[in-house]
Amino acid sequence: MTWAAILVGAAGCYAWKIAGLSVPPRVLEHPLVDRIADLLPVALLSALIAVQVLGSGQSLEVDARLLGLGAGVVALLLRAPFIVVVFVAAATAALVRLL
Amino acid sequence: MSGVGDGGGLRGRAIVREGVAVGVATGAYGLSFGAIGVASGLDVWQTAALSLLMFTGASQFAFVGVVASGGSPWSGAATAVLLGTRNGLYGLRLAPLLRWTGLQRAGAAHLVIDESTAMSVNRETAEESRVGFLSAGLAVFALWNLATVVGALAGTALGDPEDLGLDAAVGAAFLALLWPRLRSRTNQVVALLAVVVALGLVPVAPAGTPVLAAAVVAILVGVVSRAADPTEVPGPDDLPSGGVHR
Repeated sequence: MTWAAILVGAAGCYAWKIAGLSVPPRVLEHPLVDRIADLLPVALLSALIAVQVLGSGQSLEVDARLLGLGAGVVALLLRAPFIVVVFVAAATAALVRLL
Repeated sequence: MSGVGDGGGLRGRAIVREGVAVGVATGAYGLSFGAIGVASGLDVWQTAALSLLMFTGASQFAFVGVVASGGSPWSGAATAVLLGTRNGLYGLRLAPLLRWTGLQRAGAAHLVIDESTAMSVNRETAEESRVGFLSAGLAVFALWNLATVVGALAGTALGDPEDLGLDAAVGAAFLALLWPRLRSRTNQVVALLAVVVALGLVPVAPAGTPVLAAAVVAILVGVVSRAADPTEVPGPDDLPSGGVHR
């Protein structure tokens, strides 16, 4: 099932790419489409962060993950590159669990 | 690169160097994708297949993120495809610059991502646009896939993902992707609403669906903010009645 979902997801992502290169601009070039396409990543990424950091099955749980994310925020405020942000968050959560 | 004079050739080489530099930079980010992919329960092959076949970072992270939080791979795929919409818009901008058709276009489409688009628009000639697109696209493709495999193998070898804090790394990866988009007030509101909707649904909805439900926030705010933006350029739907009927 995971493999099928990977293939379907990949096909769907490719479909957007080839559609953009092939479809006459008038079909997709509309302010509403533009705006929703800009807002979709914001909504989906925010929801993913929330569920990833606070979700635990069907319940919500505050634990080392939230501290890891907090450390990630500090790294972002210091303009750290992507890999550093990820590493700092992981290291913080791992340290908190050790203590 | 036939038909390009000496000056163009020099500039072409500079563009290729820029593309390779971009590829190296994203390679580091591929390492974290590989490690997070196996930490979320996919095997090395599945993680590698995502980079090879899906090849668009945010969508790949979304897929593994949904699976990591216990969601069905189908919810992961749906979230990934929704996040892929922006590549369609990149394609619209690239089409008149690249002007490829047939098989060339079908192949180039796979390389339509943030980096290749950024390195292609704002070039002076079609040739430079193509060189910028291909050098960044191919460099990122090669290094992203290589780094994914290395990261996935390292992640497998390192042991329990929770001891390593890799579950916290997933959230941080999403935050780093979101961060540059949080400057505008509308985006901040959408982010907050999406968090509230998703967390509110976690206790009552199957895993994976709270994230998909957050997409509704984007659509609703997109529709509502339409009326509120007086600077908007009129589109075909704003024609006086008697024009276009939907």
